[in-house]
Amino acid sequence: MATARLLGASIKRREDPRFITGKGNYTDDLKLPGMTYAAFVRSPHAHAGIRKIDTARAIKHPGVVAVFTGTDMTGVNSLPCGWDLRKEKNIPGVVQDLAMVPHMPLTSDVARHVGDPVAVVIADSQDAALDAADLVTVDWDVKSSVTATALAAQAGAAQVHAGAPGNVAFKWELGGGDVDGAFKSADVVVRKRIVNQRLVANAMEPRACVARFEESTGDLTLWVTSQNPHVHRLLMCAFVLGIPEHKVRVISPDVGGGFGSKIFLYNEEVVCSWASRQLKRPVRWTSTRREAYMTDAHGRDHVTDAAMAMSKDGKILGLHVKTTANLGAYLSTFAPAVPTFLYGTLLNGVYKMGAIKCEVTGVFTNTTAVDAYRGAGRPEACYVLERMVDAAAAALKMDPADVRRTNFIPKFSGAYQTHVAVSYDSGDYAGAFDRLLQLFDYKKFRTEQAEARKKGRYLGVGFSTYIEACSIAPSKLVGALGAGAGLYESGKVRVHPTGGVTVYTGSHSHGQGHETTFAQLVADELQIPIDQVEVVHGDTGAIPFGMGTYGSRSASVGGTALHMSVHKIKEKGKKIAAHLLEASASDIEYVGGQFQVRGAPGKAVPWGAVALTAYVPHNYPEGIEPGLEETSFYDPSNFCFPFGAHACVVEVDGDTGHVKIVRYMAVDDVGNVINPMIVDGMVHGGIAQGAAQALWEGAVYDEESGQLVSGSLMDYALPKADMLPMYETARTETPTPVNPLGIKGAGETGTIASTPAVVNAVVDALSGFGVDHIEVMPLTPERVWKTVQAAKSKK
Amino acid sequence: MYPAQFEYHKAGTVREALDLLAKYKDEAKLLAGGHSLLPAMKLRLAQPKHVIDIGKVSELAGIKEEGGTLVIGAMTTHYAIESSALLKSKCPLLPEVAGHIGDPMVRNMGTLGGSLAHADPAADWPAAVIALGAEFVAEGPKGKRTIKVDDFFKGLLTTALTENEILTEIRVPACGANVKCAYAKFPHPASRFAVVGVAAVLTLDGGGKISKASIGITGAGTKATRAKGVEAAIAGKAADAASIQAAASSAADGVDVQADLQGSVEYKQHLLRVFAKRAMEAAAAKK
Repeated sequence: MATARLLGASIKRREDPRFITGKGNYTDDLKLPGMTYAAFVRSPHAHAGIRKIDTARAIKHPGVVAVFTGTDMTGVNSLPCGWDLRKEKNIPGVVQDLAMVPHMPLTSDVARHVGDPVAVVIADSQDAALDAADLVTVDWDVKSSVTATALAAQAGAAQVHAGAPGNVAFKWELGGGDVDGAFKSADVVVRKRIVNQRLVANAMEPRACVARFEESTGDLTLWVTSQNPHVHRLLMCAFVLGIPEHKVRVISPDVGGGFGSKIFLYNEEVVCSWASRQLKRPVRWTSTRREAYMTDAHGRDHVTDAAMAMSKDGKILGLHVKTTANLGAYLSTFAPAVPTFLYGTLLNGVYKMGAIKCEVTGVFTNTTAVDAYRGAGRPEACYVLERMVDAAAAALKMDPADVRRTNFIPKFSGAYQTHVAVSYDSGDYAGAFDRLLQLFDYKKFRTEQAEARKKGRYLGVGFSTYIEACSIAPSKLVGALGAGAGLYESGKVRVHPTGGVTVYTGSHSHGQGHETTFAQLVADELQIPIDQVEVVHGDTGAIPFGMGTYGSRSASVGGTALHMSVHKIKEKGKKIAAHLLEASASDIEYVGGQFQVRGAPGKAVPWGAVALTAYVPHNYPEGIEPGLEETSFYDPSNFCFPFGAHACVVEVDGDTGHVKIVRYMAVDDVGNVINPMIVDGMVHGGIAQGAAQALWEGAVYDEESGQLVSGSLMDYALPKADMLPMYETARTETPTPVNPLGIKGAGETGTIASTPAVVNAVVDALSGFGVDHIEVMPLTPERVWKTVQAAKSKK
Repeated sequence: MYPAQFEYHKAGTVREALDLLAKYKDEAKLLAGGHSLLPAMKLRLAQPKHVIDIGKVSELAGIKEEGGTLVIGAMTTHYAIESSALLKSKCPLLPEVAGHIGDPMVRNMGTLGGSLAHADPAADWPAAVIALGAEFVAEGPKGKRTIKVDDFFKGLLTTALTENEILTEIRVPACGANVKCAYAKFPHPASRFAVVGVAAVLTLDGGGKISKASIGITGAGTKATRAKGVEAAIAGKAADAASIQAAASSAADGVDVQADLQGSVEYKQHLLRVFAKRAMEAAAAKK
């Protein structure tokens, strides 16, 4: 039964045949007897009081079962925010307490952003629900609104919540070292305003839910597009609806992408769950793309004023960052964590720095709530830092590669204490950069660039040497920082009597390929064929309490939980085998798919025989329970810190400002790798997403009306294959000492690294015009063209 | 994405479609390839009570040549035009422009007549038909009439077609060997519609000069329009870079350029000049 090592093999994804042949089983595919359909009535205004909601015509529409408004939902609480930032909780860095503003599932007093739901129509058919929703009339008291991050806290701005004067949600700071001293002793100080624009997650499958209340048992089942079904159940039951968790089962079946946006508890799933209990019928809702733009949590949206203090020989002496983070109209589930502990803690980057100070103000605006989006805080930090390093290099007239090399933290394993609270696990930052420059042939490029410029062609290169914190993370630490949840992961391994294995993970796959990688991991450790391993996830009725998938945590945290359970299985198996072999358990080893006496492969019991014995324990050791099933909960001791070096080459069309990505090279170090092909896929997708932020994507609100004017796929530019080059990727492998698998995490690296690489490349291409910065992303052709025009007119 | 309730009518002939139009009047909408109307209906921006499907009316599809004129049925798909051997040899601008529209799925469904009658200000076809000096045949209760392209586009999503008329044919003159044409487009990064698009049809005199130029522009304004200033400036000039650049500088003259997320008025005016130059250069460079 022995097999070759599966760990490290590029096995094709086992889940793909069903996805690419249209046989996936998504929430919207579910058909239940007696199903009803929900349609939400949403605010067309960015900010408007609700004088009256008239539902009389809608309720009379054929097929309509019920119409509910916020005032009907008595006894239902606000959607909770799962991250606290208050001084009384001893959360570090809090300057002004987080304003815990209410977020009702259906707002009944004021609508605070376009798309804010105010009523729900439930009908026998989708058509009837939508037609009747058009018949609900709302008497709006339209108010002035504020959407722009930089304007939210200014005097005279519209007030989003009575409980947050001046629209300030919180103030927070972090840092270390003598920042004032660093700036006083600097030879050069570089200051830039850096805008990290708002993004829309755009998962391929829109959000959806089906809630079914069974009157006979009092059980509620909620099928929902969730990255973390247990978290959904906990938040909805304990905080909003007041239902005991054991009466609720949350199932997250096949889910088509999330990028963070499906972590959070949303209004619609709460309303459908509540309505199913009222109506005693299943209630289904599936978001349209337009609703997704208006209601899925958005990402990023920072305005930052950064200053970097440099010595004349290129050393980074200090960094001072003042950021305003737009949280939108309400506090989404983990919103306060993103621009604070997932942002400020990454500002040390891969560099030795004299001192850092980071000050963050969170603001409310009349926009869709902002929360974690692939990378979540870390891309914003990486963007500020990598942009500032390039700006500093330009100010010093140094090569950006040399400035990076001058400042890299030397290779280490164990701990590197930063100025911003976190301690890195292991790193070889110069090693990754060297590998990148090998791939690239940097010197040759600079020659080509100079030649091209003589011909009026504008080539540029941008580097990004990044670090990120992932495999989120130690419960004790995140609890001390304000998290309302633990951040361990669960893994259960059930061995069947005939030797097959079912693996139950608290991680959730919505594109990550867990059905392949976790099977690979377990099959490798048990040395059994991969088709003997089945992976179950996404059902609170089947799996142990788990925290789900986000923050590049599944392989490192969820995988380690499974590794621990496999270890327990092997230890128990040794005792059973020792009994059968009449040997001591301490003399048994597991090799090649059999339990054998150490060094004596002839004296052995195969894996399957031990499994069968565990369930048919006729000849069985004393004091050992029958069965072969183990559960583990793994809580890591630290985050893991993947890193790497990316380079992007662009050509800018001098006539139009259009940017073409010519080459993209990425060297990533994500620690040990289970499946290189899956990691490559994550890196590729991440680069596309990050490059898209640099050049194409951006959620735009009209400042006057507060309307989301980029609210469709016809307006909001997602990356397409023909806009991207073939990527050149490589890896270095620096295992983390944090977990026994040595895995760091790979899901977000590409997104974090690529945005600054692309922007730095465009700025480099325009350096001949005297351009050293472009303030606002995306770098649309017009922005690039105007930058060049302005630079030319200055000259 | 569910449209409001409507009644669907499938017309088998132009006559049937005209009768249905006469019956339902402004409660009816004609459905061709469905790539503009259906998205609008799904968003409930359009809520016609009656949809009259003329997409499969066989007399409205097909490409033929009639005495030096290419006659294209209004329901001919973009793909049929893109792949037409007749057009590739007699009017290569049309297949070239078709290749810029949407993606293969859109080109297999969308139609020339549907696009022109919809008159999206950022569509590709209007620039081409202006540059080619096309004529449109419309059929109504009182019979057929011909509309010249310069009289066809009236404004945002508005044409010379009346509510009881159907666009049936698009007629363009076959291009002689001395006629060179090209389309240059700056696509919207999301929709791939034209932020600006310029179609140039240049008639060369055989001595290196442009005897006549016909330039259609789309995307920048509320409707597609003819770049008369460019046409006048290049006529009689050499087909070289300097003359083309000089003529292209008047590409934005008289265009009601609209600002949007893709660009300010100033930027789009600039793009018009750049793409007028590129279209003429590309046309002049053709063999």
